Amino acid sequence: MSSILVVAEQKSGVLGRISLEALAAGQALARSLSGDCVAAVLGDSSAAANELTSKALARVYTIEHPLLKQYTPDGYNAALEQLIRKISPAYVVFPHTYQVRDFAPALAARFGQSLISDVVAIQAGPAFIRQLFQGKLNADYRRTGSESGPGFVSVQAGSFRVDDLQPGTSSAESFPVELSAQTIRTTPGEPFRESAQTVDLAAAPVIVSVGRGIREQENMPLVESLAQALGAELAASRPICDAGWLPIERQVGSSGHTVAPKLYLAVGISGAIQHLVGMKGSKTVIAINKDENAPIFEVADYGVVGDLFEIVPELTRAITAAKS
Amino acid sequence: MKIIVAIKQVPERDAQLSILPDGRWIEEDALNYVINEPDAYALEEALQLKEQHGGEVIALCAGPERVTSTLREALAKGADRAIHIASDTIGKLDTLALAHVLAEPIRAESPDLVLTGLQSDDLGLGQTGVVLAELLGVPHSTLVLHVEKTGAGIRVKRELEDGWFQHIDLPLPAVLTIQSGGNKLRYATLMGIKKAKTKETRSEAAAIPGTPATVELTRIFLPEKQKQTQMLKGSPAEIAAQLVEKLRSEVRVL
Repeated sequence: MSSILVVAEQKSGVLGRISLEALAAGQALARSLSGDCVAAVLGDSSAAANELTSKALARVYTIEHPLLKQYTPDGYNAALEQLIRKISPAYVVFPHTYQVRDFAPALAARFGQSLISDVVAIQAGPAFIRQLFQGKLNADYRRTGSESGPGFVSVQAGSFRVDDLQPGTSSAESFPVELSAQTIRTTPGEPFRESAQTVDLAAAPVIVSVGRGIREQENMPLVESLAQALGAELAASRPICDAGWLPIERQVGSSGHTVAPKLYLAVGISGAIQHLVGMKGSKTVIAINKDENAPIFEVADYGVVGDLFEIVPELTRAITAAKS
Repeated sequence: MKIIVAIKQVPERDAQLSILPDGRWIEEDALNYVINEPDAYALEEALQLKEQHGGEVIALCAGPERVTSTLREALAKGADRAIHIASDTIGKLDTLALAHVLAEPIRAESPDLVLTGLQSDDLGLGQTGVVLAELLGVPHSTLVLHVEKTGAGIRVKRELEDGWFQHIDLPLPAVLTIQSGGNKLRYATLMGIKKAKTKETRSEAAAIPGTPATVELTRIFLPEKQKQTQMLKGSPAEIAAQLVEKLRSEVRVL
């Protein structure tokens, strides 16, 4: 019987939401292939394993070893390679996290496979849907059938629903792995933050967010005035923070903050998936962009196709007038 | 330090994309191509390492003849020489096969460090560097913002999620995938562009592996809308008036 192995990610024993979404994807894939779904969790895994045993899974593997206490790509790949060789799943499903991006492509290569990364939906076939060209197009990826090993898939945050996760009872089983210190070639340090946060974007009810469309740092006052008129926090997509026009603490997206304000007003943001995952939970999204095909319009309630340099000053004036 | 920067050439960001009749790729002929932005940051990091510690920077790019323009740009910015892995079908390969194609000339050069962008702006698979490290049998780190030379190897600053970072120590040789934003990108100077003409670009045929692909792209299509978007039209003033009305009566933030 074909089985699906979901590799869940824990931090300090806690499973992230995206790991639960990956489990939901794994369960759905198992149903479509008439197989069963198992999960594995590495490191200090007992608390996370407890949570996993309350889901409809055939088994939960815990992989604990002194060399897995801190994540390293070499340690995780060596351990997961042993588990996958032992249970020969049809597919291995990961949450598409920074950590998974760091090791899973190499793990797939060890099995002669290519990871289908950042999947946003799974359809009959199975066809794995992922985005191309910063979200402008979608693509179906399939396995060719010429392969003998397992398929490797990672799923994007927010693409599968935790509500669809089937509850159940399963048992946890410790999977012993053999690791030697020589296997691990990199030495990780403790995580740190750069500076104290001065703004809490996650708590802001109204956000004006700016992207590449603003073109020059000299144009930033345009959106600053709009944010001020609206009483909004100013945020940005990654390129604006990379350029140093706004501090990184104001970045929205997979490498920045996840926000869900009452209003998200996106100015000159095309809407690459890395940005959309950080804001698509917003109650209302208004997007102003010159490109009618910009993916931001896929998640917008109100859209304006046009020149932000003409529209934003008019909007700021109109809002100021409406408020006075 | 001898550093190879693996670069990809991609359609420019604002390109209007149209799907080919067979539904498996896009119309390429009318597109303008540029360096993949994260790879530009990888090149920048390599050039800064060379400026601090000496050595050599080699730009490497696989693809059809058009990619040599991106290699010339890398040379103009300061790379010492370039390797063009010539292939018209490189885009059809899966990640593993592509990494095999790149690994071969890299092995022959025995670099201390291989840098590449964390992902490409077109396919966005974000895996080439990691698979390359696996094939080369060297350690790697990803989402790297800064590289520092230490006595025994290098220390990198790696981006984690939610505004966290981490330092990782690695021995050399190693492969790093570079996150954007760690440095400011330089422009090619006139002098650089002149000098680039005297620098070597070696072209060699891609050694495409004989093993069949394990995954393939079978269809591309326009994404479905997740929401019903109401498009507002008119002059800027009319649009502003409509938006204010929505902000007042629907969104209720005014």
